[in-house]
Amino acid sequence: MKMKKAVSAILVAAMAMTLMAGCGSKSDSGSDKAADAGSESGSVFKIGAIGPVTGGAAVYGEAVKNGAELAVKEINEAGGIGGTQVELKYEDDEHDAEKAVNAYNTLKDWGMHALLGTVTSAPCVAVGEVAQADNTFMLTPSGTAVECVQYDNAFRVCFSDPMQGLESAKYIGEKGLAKKVAAIYDSSDVYSTGIYEAFVKEAENQDFEIVAAEAFTAEAKTDFSVQLQKAKDAGAELVFLPFYYTEASLVLKQAAGMKFSPIFFGCDGMDGILAVEGFDVDLANNLMFMSPFTPTSEDETIQKFVKDYEEAYGQTPNQFAADAYDGVYAIKAAMEAGEVTADMSPSDVCDAMKEAMLEISIDGVTAKGLTWEASGEPSKEPMVVKIENGDYAVVE
Amino acid sequence: MKKMSKTTKDNMITYLMVILIFIVVQILTSTGNVSSLLQGLLVPLCAYIILAVSLNLTVGILGELSLGHAGFMCVGAFTSAFFSKCAMEAIPVTGLRYFIALLIGAAAAGACGILIGIPVLRLKGDYLAIVTLAFGEIIKNIVNVLFIGKDENGFHFSTKDSLSLGLEDGGKVIINGPQGITGTPKDSTFIIGVALILVTLFIVLNLMHSRSGRAIMAIRDNRIAAESVGINITKYKLMAFSISAALAGVAGVIYAHNLATLTAQPKNFGYNMSIMILVFVVLGGIGNMRGSIIAAIILTLLPELLRSLSDYRMLIYAVVLIVMMLFNWSPKAIEWREKFSAKFRRGKNKSAKEAA
Repeated sequence: MKMKKAVSAILVAAMAMTLMAGCGSKSDSGSDKAADAGSESGSVFKIGAIGPVTGGAAVYGEAVKNGAELAVKEINEAGGIGGTQVELKYEDDEHDAEKAVNAYNTLKDWGMHALLGTVTSAPCVAVGEVAQADNTFMLTPSGTAVECVQYDNAFRVCFSDPMQGLESAKYIGEKGLAKKVAAIYDSSDVYSTGIYEAFVKEAENQDFEIVAAEAFTAEAKTDFSVQLQKAKDAGAELVFLPFYYTEASLVLKQAAGMKFSPIFFGCDGMDGILAVEGFDVDLANNLMFMSPFTPTSEDETIQKFVKDYEEAYGQTPNQFAADAYDGVYAIKAAMEAGEVTADMSPSDVCDAMKEAMLEISIDGVTAKGLTWEASGEPSKEPMVVKIENGDYAVVE
Repeated sequence: MKKMSKTTKDNMITYLMVILIFIVVQILTSTGNVSSLLQGLLVPLCAYIILAVSLNLTVGILGELSLGHAGFMCVGAFTSAFFSKCAMEAIPVTGLRYFIALLIGAAAAGACGILIGIPVLRLKGDYLAIVTLAFGEIIKNIVNVLFIGKDENGFHFSTKDSLSLGLEDGGKVIINGPQGITGTPKDSTFIIGVALILVTLFIVLNLMHSRSGRAIMAIRDNRIAAESVGINITKYKLMAFSISAALAGVAGVIYAHNLATLTAQPKNFGYNMSIMILVFVVLGGIGNMRGSIIAAIILTLLPELLRSLSDYRMLIYAVVLIVMMLFNWSPKAIEWREKFSAKFRRGKNKSAKEAA
């Protein structure tokens, strides 16, 4: 028995040592970084970014990472922000609120001046709470939930969920696209339900009727025949699809299989559908969706962005990359307008930037003359894109 | 000190270890030596420690496998967050509200434990593992379709969407299906967390060494023998399991009141989480409370401290798991440790004699 006790004591000691070793290496690396920062203290702007690069939502986080890196590279080549170079540090949150707060704290230790993030909604709300307490400036490229920008230090680049639903319903009603509308949505996804609920609310004021509202969940997102059959039986002339393009491509395929061809109408998540592997682009003809960004646009800024992005990462940028790209430029504009210097504390930077955010206007890839309101929402008009002959065409 | 029995001494070491860690962390924090990453991790750490200790009660003392501990945590988290959101205006005193939230979370999780335990713990074999596994998934899915709102007419329930709640103007949605609960007050603090760890340890260690605890361990070691001496098997099994569930609920309360958003995702309340808690218990040593605490601390801190290695951290985490497993359980490692400790002790005895 004594033996066992001694063993356990040693075990505890060994484990404690591992712990100490862990702490030790941590503080070492921390001081290394501090030393690095010290040597160039006041000579570099530190922009932190948070998003998932592992796990199920990794696609979105990757795109944001790439878009932000591209923008930072361009800014540095052009001389930085007000002559100061920019450093970007991207932390993984695995699309988890707890990890996102950890990532935020890591960036805070690093000495971040402003945060670009987080990419997904639920972590964004959790980080927003902490960032507000610290008074750190945050600009989310793609956090669409209403609560993401509930504090005055938070802004976003993308549309909010309710706004997309509202605009979609308005567009369908005002253009008289259909009288009978069916909606299919992902009830396990914040983005999808947010849009759907606003869509239904606005539909009451519009001249069309929702004849079928069918939900699916993330666990069963491969077979949509039941939902489509119900929409077909209800005589829907238009099917509203507020979710991402991977599932939408399946919906279109299965609808074609059952000879059901209403108008399909989506939101910004639909962007990228033509790039889905093995997808017959003819099926997407006449698909309409709202989007802030189209890679095929002839606009010069967008063309340059798409070309550079394809060169650097070998794929066509989606709206997440575009939002992140604009987000970095918005931070740059706000920093310049607020006359922020790199030796200011994050809290002072935030105070200056949140004033400046209301005054700046940037010509980005997701909108021209993009400005922000005190509520944190961007003021930009959604474009409706229609797919014709296997290519994107802007309707208006 | 001499008069103390061995178990009391052993328990004291465990309590002292927690208090010592607490004091060290407090000193470091007040002198500004703790990074904000570590400060942010302190409260989740308390929650994970309580989870590990409570699961150890089921796995180590009761000898049953539970694969749904995250489910009990989920119940505790959602019921308490729901209460806190409702009572935010009615009870403005943080301490009192948090205390009631703790009781509600623990009671709800404990009740779920009893519900599951009554039929399942009567059976022999691995049925508890199967049923708790299912329970964890069911709870997660129920929470994801649950919509509860509140307006002047009272509460509204729905399992469809928040629009069908039919709220009056000024009513607010409290549980919003897959979007969960947002805006839970951030009431959990490190001091409360440590106090709850001590309470948990007090409950578990005292149970272990009580009459009931002996009965529970007798059932674990030999069910037939225990039955033959007249121990009520189901009663004691149920006792251990429901206490374990209630403590997991407490951990859920801490977790929920630390983040502004609470969503039931596979990541935080799913199967993966249950397995992670089980990993804390197995690597810390089954039946060894102190080991559980240490394993929970190391394995929670490790992925965060390795952030600088970005993509490699998952790899290193896995390697550390394997190394810890070998160190704790491989016969050769145990032999080496015994030899080493024997040498160590002989050395100490000698020096003690010389000193005398």
